[in-house]
Amino acid sequence: MEDIAVFIKKIEGEIDGLTPGTLTPDAKFRDLPEWSSMHALILIALSETEYDVSISGEDLRGCKTVQDIYNVISSRS
Amino acid sequence: MACYYICVVWFYKRCQPFLTFGSMSTIQAISYYLPDAIYTNEDFFTEFPDSKKSNFDKIGVRKRHIIAQGETASDLACRAAKKLFEEHGIDKNEIDFLLLVFQGPDYYLPSSSGIIHAKLGLRNDCGAMDIEMGCSGFVYGLSVAAGLIAAAGMKKIVLLTASSLTNTLHPKDKGSRFVFGDGAAATLITADGNGSINSFVFGNDGKGYEKIIIRDGGARNPITYGSHDETTDEFGSVICNANYFMDGISVFMFSTKRVPQLVNDVLAKAGLQKEDIDLFVFHQPNIMLNETIRKKLDIQEDKFVHSMAEVGNTVQSTIPIALYESIQNGRLKRGMKVLVAGFGVGLSWSGAIIDY
Repeated sequence: MEDIAVFIKKIEGEIDGLTPGTLTPDAKFRDLPEWSSMHALILIALSETEYDVSISGEDLRGCKTVQDIYNVISSRS
Repeated sequence: MACYYICVVWFYKRCQPFLTFGSMSTIQAISYYLPDAIYTNEDFFTEFPDSKKSNFDKIGVRKRHIIAQGETASDLACRAAKKLFEEHGIDKNEIDFLLLVFQGPDYYLPSSSGIIHAKLGLRNDCGAMDIEMGCSGFVYGLSVAAGLIAAAGMKKIVLLTASSLTNTLHPKDKGSRFVFGDGAAATLITADGNGSINSFVFGNDGKGYEKIIIRDGGARNPITYGSHDETTDEFGSVICNANYFMDGISVFMFSTKRVPQLVNDVLAKAGLQKEDIDLFVFHQPNIMLNETIRKKLDIQEDKFVHSMAEVGNTVQSTIPIALYESIQNGRLKRGMKVLVAGFGVGLSWSGAIIDY
């Protein structure tokens, strides 16, 4: 799987209103002011289409930071 | 010898869809009916001012039609059938069978299709049957129609699909209220056309029955005071057991995994490649989900139909409405091959090839 910086860029492209550069690997995504639960679906869709990896709601619940999500996806891709 | 073998293989591949089903069935005509009341996105964001517009934009609905107080799904279905007869100049006396695919009957018994049969004034020797199916139901209905034509020698079958789901939504279930619209479609399937409906694939994962459910109000759980106890889900939507519930993330995942497999199974059964299909018409739950599926299957955008912006998710009627709109805007023409796929509540799925 590609570098986490590329992964973050892809997330930024999908989530409207997210200022580029605010999303860091350590960012707790649920604490972002722009975050809403709709983004869980967006992340699942991104993972399916970009990496052909299925992540579940349970997987996401176990993640706190962007790095955690990246690790889940990269471990399966 | 090699030549003979090639001929046999060619013949088998070409005829395989028709070997599966005896007489050929064709979609002859489609009409649909939407209730008058419209709920726009402006109405929605006025009612739910805290909802972030950019998030909801990804769902891809601009407005939806809402069933009137006291109206039922069978009322919508009846109007769709009348529209079909009027719009296409169909003689109701020629109809051999009436199928009604819906959820939410007028009464515990009798069947709602029988009531519509009377309202439409169909012949007494025209059969009527309810099929209780949701999002995957249109293709199930097509298969029953094709079966009646093949096995019972029927000539003209009206397949009605109708949804009054907004009646079952909690007023504060904002996710579902944004997505769903009411409506009904009527499809005439005939034995005398040049096309066919074939290569049906069905499936069901009953273990997922609670992923989309109205828990109370049926025979298993009657309505009690507790049925109206409210909880707020992770999307900020209010739900209770008397109302419609959907586990959005699970259903999203089910669809992204199941539908590509379904499409490949239909193609394999038909002996076709993806490139042989002129148009892919799927159930329309939301655009983000269907785009995910489209990208996974690597289907070109110009071969893939999105048709929910003006009507929302009309459950059983999404596919016939999408087919109707595709005919109207010239994307679907006679002679084309269409792959249809339904998926959702059950959890259930279905697919087929329509040689239109």
